[in-house]
Amino acid sequence: MKFNKKIATSQQDIPTSSLPDIIFMLLIFFMVSTVLREVDIQVQYTLPDAISVEKIDNKRLLSYIWIGNDERIQIDDSIIPVNAITNIAYQKRMNNPNIIMSLRIDKGSRMGIVSDVQQELRRADALRINYSALVKL
Amino acid sequence: MFRKKKRPGAEISSSGLADISFLLLLFFLVTTTIDVDTGIDLVLPPWVDNAEQVAVKSDNIANLLVNEVGDVLLDEKIIGVPQIKSEMIARIKSNPKLIISYKTVRDTPYKIYIDVMDQLKLAYTDLRQEYSREKFGVPMDQANEDQIMEIRRAIPQRISLAEPTQAEG
Repeated sequence: MKFNKKIATSQQDIPTSSLPDIIFMLLIFFMVSTVLREVDIQVQYTLPDAISVEKIDNKRLLSYIWIGNDERIQIDDSIIPVNAITNIAYQKRMNNPNIIMSLRIDKGSRMGIVSDVQQELRRADALRINYSALVKL
Repeated sequence: MFRKKKRPGAEISSSGLADISFLLLLFFLVTTTIDVDTGIDLVLPPWVDNAEQVAVKSDNIANLLVNEVGDVLLDEKIIGVPQIKSEMIARIKSNPKLIISYKTVRDTPYKIYIDVMDQLKLAYTDLRQEYSREKFGVPMDQANEDQIMEIRRAIPQRISLAEPTQAEG
């Protein structure tokens, strides 16, 4: 018996002309959702974990303060002393009144430094804070 | 005389367009951080120059004290961290005006502080969920904006952060 390979008479290639459109759509999605990382983190820290954590919807309101395991404090791109926080936080709050200060603190830190930072923030009237924590499973 | 010459195949090929978009797409894929920030929200009390003392009836205060090794004292009695939630729920239910005064010493580890804060937040979340179910018949994440505002008014979070003291000795 002889097998004949059937060849369909209809057109067989998938049209690829709309491929760029789909790619563009994806591209635009990622362009819009991207927040470019603008600082280098110079301190080492491990975040604590907690159960009752909430997601922060609006990333653009956030401003970070890092406190590393050696108790150095970083805001934006520089390591700063505790008593400089008030001025910086005040400036930030002037530019953005609804600012949320996100405290990314190493879980081995002592409360003394955390409290000092909080006092500085209170002086600057930047009262909305957020203790950055991971979700505990 | 001037006749327009017809040249064959004068269109620009657009097959490279997809490649270029792919390249851009890859760039944004790589630079995007999808992970959302999570954390515990808190609103600090405003700064006052000379701390005015507000007298609060001592019945309305729950004193929570954490020492430098992470032992938790609730009104002079030692309590385990996982028990704080249920204890606080019971107390707030019996006295809705309860203010939790949360105090640490300067050497308290931050991790313990967050653990205890987590318990307090969990207690309030549970109470709010319960209120929402009783009053509106839906869990809090399904309640609408007005209902959430009302729940927040009905069960406010009263956590007072006291300044940590230097550990003695």
